[in-house]
Amino acid sequence: MGTVVLHGAANWFFQVGEFTFFCGRALRESLRPPWEISEVARQLFEVGWRSLPLIAAAGMAVGAVMSMHTRASMERFGAESLIPTVLALALIKETGPLVTGLLFAGRVGAGIGAELGSMRVSEQVDALESLAVDSFKYLVVTRVVACMIAMPILTTVMNFLGIFGGFVAETAVSGMTFDLYWNRAFASVQFVDYVPSTLKTIVFGFLIGSLSSYLGYYTTGGTAGVGRASTRSVVLASLLLIVVNVVLVKMIFFFFPGAVQ
Amino acid sequence: MENSAAIRFEHVYKAFGSLQVLADVSFSVPAGEAFCILGRSGAGKSVMLKQLIGLIPPDQGRIYIEEEEITGLPPRELPRIRKRMGFLFQYSALFDSITVGENVAFPLRRHTKFPEEKIQQIVHDRLEEVGLADHTRKMPTDISGGMRKRAGLARALALEPSILLVDEPSSGLDPITAAEIDNLLLQLKVSKGTTLVVVTHNIPSARRIGDTLAVLHQARILAQGTAEELDRSPHEMVRELMSSQGGT
Repeated sequence: MGTVVLHGAANWFFQVGEFTFFCGRALRESLRPPWEISEVARQLFEVGWRSLPLIAAAGMAVGAVMSMHTRASMERFGAESLIPTVLALALIKETGPLVTGLLFAGRVGAGIGAELGSMRVSEQVDALESLAVDSFKYLVVTRVVACMIAMPILTTVMNFLGIFGGFVAETAVSGMTFDLYWNRAFASVQFVDYVPSTLKTIVFGFLIGSLSSYLGYYTTGGTAGVGRASTRSVVLASLLLIVVNVVLVKMIFFFFPGAVQ
Repeated sequence: MENSAAIRFEHVYKAFGSLQVLADVSFSVPAGEAFCILGRSGAGKSVMLKQLIGLIPPDQGRIYIEEEEITGLPPRELPRIRKRMGFLFQYSALFDSITVGENVAFPLRRHTKFPEEKIQQIVHDRLEEVGLADHTRKMPTDISGGMRKRAGLARALALEPSILLVDEPSSGLDPITAAEIDNLLLQLKVSKGTTLVVVTHNIPSARRIGDTLAVLHQARILAQGTAEELDRSPHEMVRELMSSQGGT
């Protein structure tokens, strides 16, 4: 029993170390030419553009639901006029980045894990190497960079559509005009609210891209291994995102004290 | 000094955990000849092939490609060597997200500055050589196993390599298609002087293609020579293997 626990712990530490090394290599290689621009663009289309409908729909729904809940709370204090402001701040500072990250981890993390895993077990990764192509750079770095670019853009879409969804819910109840809602929503939003929380999603993109690529790139065990890589990509990326978010929020408070207010 | 050796394996060892796959394996393949590696499943034949292209490093020993040692080369140096070699994988390993034609064009787009018209011409020529000129726009999942193998061969030959490594060319194929692949390989050797290293279970195919045959058994090369020499081998296992028809 003790041996099994020790073996499990050693294996866990080994994997964490290997993943850390993998992340470092991905970062280093992303700065070294050739930059595989056409492949990054293709991946950006796959992970970014194709995620847009999901993010847009989720943004609208999350905004509408948040607006309804906020109204229920604000009515108690007679502060309904603050609904747009509260909703905008909540979405931009935390809900938007985190929900986008979790949805992105689900859709893109699973896709990358399964695709690279499938390429590994069918020897397509070896085939790339045999054709004198650096498979790490071509498959991993391009996907990680695409995730890092896509995440802040998708988060911005989520934020704005969330606010719009909130407007739809609010106007259905109170008849508030779009101009008034929009002005109130952004009256209290400052640079320090938007930029750090949106930029932190670049880190989310890096983690989702790296972790799912790591699990896919080193897949073993045939089709069952591909399934495992896909599932673990979603579960571990989501978990990592939630944990790292705590650290990033603390760092934002430290480096941007204005974001606390 | 074997000036004309396209490939040299010198005292190569490889183990995966406690499993010794290769132990003190040495051989050389003269340029323009076909070298067939025979042996039972799991004997380490495919490992040898992947070592030749630097996909699996040996634990000990040296590997030379056209008199240049590749063991110990930094990873960034390997592509330069690999451009001179082609690899036909057992299950073709075609990129399944792009068409057959794009698979063949892939190495040309990566490693040459040819204009698109010339690339398309080469793609057409290679696919015509393997009888797939009409299937350029098909996806790899939409063609048969034998066609995938031929498409894999066309891709491996796109850059006109001087050395071609072939892993189980006839596995999973019917005897007629397997013979067609053998003929294509023979044609390459004769008309273009390509050096072939072929891993196979198929003895009739090895007899047809190979100038030299080697039998890998229990991590070592048990016997090496022409098919006739192996027929007279003192090792019973070698004679038994040579007298079998081999699976296709």
